[in-house]
Amino acid sequence: MIRACTVDELPPGESVRIPGSPAIAVFHTEDGELYAIDDTCTHQDASLADGWLEGCFVECPLHAAMFDLRTGVPTCLPAKEPVRTYSVVVDDGVVYVEGVAREDAA
Amino acid sequence: MRRIAVVGASLAGVRAAQELRAQGYDGGIVLIGSEAHLPYDRPPLSKGFLAGTASAASLELLDAGDLASLALDFRLGVSATALEPSDRRVRLSDGSSVHADGVVIATGGRARTLPGFEGAFVLRTLDDAVALRAALVPGVRVAIVGAGFIGAEVASTCRSLGLDVVVLEALAAPLAPVLGASLAAVCARLHRDHGTDLRCGVQVTGLSPAGVELADGSLVPADVVVTGVGMTPATDWLAGSGVPVGNGVHTDAGLVTPLPQVVAVGDVARYGGRRHEHWTNASEQAPVAVANLLAGRTARTYEPSGYVWSDQYGGRLQLAGHPRPDDTLSFVEGDPDSSSFVATFQRDGETVGVFALNNAKLFTRLRRQTLRRPAAV
Ligand SMILES: Cc1cc2nc3c(=O)[nH]c(=O)nc-3n(C[C@H](O)[C@H](O)[C@H](O)COP(=O)(O)OP(=O)(O)OC[C@H]3O[C@@H](n4cnc5c(N)ncnc54)[C@H](O)[C@@H]3O)c2cc1C
Ligand code: FES
Repeated sequence: MIRACTVDELPPGESVRIPGSPAIAVFHTEDGELYAIDDTCTHQDASLADGWLEGCFVECPLHAAMFDLRTGVPTCLPAKEPVRTYSVVVDDGVVYVEGVAREDAA
Repeated sequence: MRRIAVVGASLAGVRAAQELRAQGYDGGIVLIGSEAHLPYDRPPLSKGFLAGTASAASLELLDAGDLASLALDFRLGVSATALEPSDRRVRLSDGSSVHADGVVIATGGRARTLPGFEGAFVLRTLDDAVALRAALVPGVRVAIVGAGFIGAEVASTCRSLGLDVVVLEALAAPLAPVLGASLAAVCARLHRDHGTDLRCGVQVTGLSPAGVELADGSLVPADVVVTGVGMTPATDWLAGSGVPVGNGVHTDAGLVTPLPQVVAVGDVARYGGRRHEHWTNASEQAPVAVANLLAGRTARTYEPSGYVWSDQYGGRLQLAGHPRPDDTLSFVEGDPDSSSFVATFQRDGETVGVFALNNAKLFTRLRRQTLRRPAAV
């Protein structure tokens, strides 16, 4: 488990980048859901935590590929490969990411 | 429509083919491209591919799954030579022809060349990039004519390869007509900070075996000379077709030509008197043009987002909107001397553009919140 931040530090509509290898991006959607995916876009070198959050999709800040936060799958070019997804748990006001990519990640 | 010919097998053509399928068209799609390669992406040609860090395979726009699901009838390594609308026919350079009920013109353009610079390198195609890459051996001195996005990126890549680079620019500052004076100064600073010898306000006259000749009679010594002076839209094959051309294929606001069964997309499309030679434009136009082609009329219009990025000297420049150099520039974060900043262009109290250096997050926010969104896809 990796400690990401406190719940207060991640209001809805916000994202945070956890450095490391791989770097992970954690998103809090407007609907109140928390998702974690690989931070680096599979197309080229951009941080998805810098992207635009819309529903449960994030738009890459560089070439606007959209990734489904639930599956990691891109829904449009130029990205073709999915990013890995991770489980997020909240414990006592702190957001944690499970450090290993989920097996069911697409 | 039973068969549609897409002429030009690059980004705009591929996006059009994908949109045809996405919008439910299940007839034949013939994708005609004069290059022998499967469709590939151009932006890395001046960046990772030229630097040797990105492979040719990584540039491919379609993977095996896409190729199977799109069911395209490829005609690669042949050019369209004529469009005969009365006959619904596209003639090809190998003597054959394709009968098609609809045509998507996606022929982009060719690198412009300068008189007197025959034999200099240009950078538009994969083959151009392979040839230039091979010439960039250790120790060569590189001269680049033109400090636009491509010239600047080639200069940056050459510096990363440890080569001496001179950039020769006719304007007083790089990209000033697009970005305005203060951001042009930032672009000039990037060159200087990274050891590129940028010379502005310079008139080049020709190539000699020793280097580049200037109008003042001097010579800039160079072993490798690259011209990066823009592109010419590939419209010659449309002569006599009835499709109006002149600095691009003239279309209405929905990318439809006066022939309702012929649309144009990408760098070659000129609508509202302008062309946009950027990746996102080519990608975003396809859904609109295809919808109108399938509808047989202009049912949707295209709203360009004006988004463009450039990677130079390890930094990332991003621009969105349609600023003019005389708009008022205000710095939202950082200042022109910082290594990361975001600025907006204002006109009549409205934000008309956003520019960022190394600040994708704030750029993206401002782009999405303050600029009108492109037409929904
Ligand atoms: C080196 C380089 C770097 C770039 N970097 C960036 C960047 O960082 N950011 C950005 O926003 N944009 C960038 N661009 C611009 C972007 O690549 C173009 O906007 C985009 O490729 C346009 O796509 P297109 O399909 O309209 O045209 P093109 O990519 O020009 O493709 C047209 C295709 O049509 C073919 N063709 C032409 N005539 C015929 C004919 N008669 N018959 C059959 N085929 C024909 C050509 O061979 C070509 O393959 C860059 C471009 C280059 C060259
Ligand atoms: S880097 Fe994310 S879409 Fe290109």
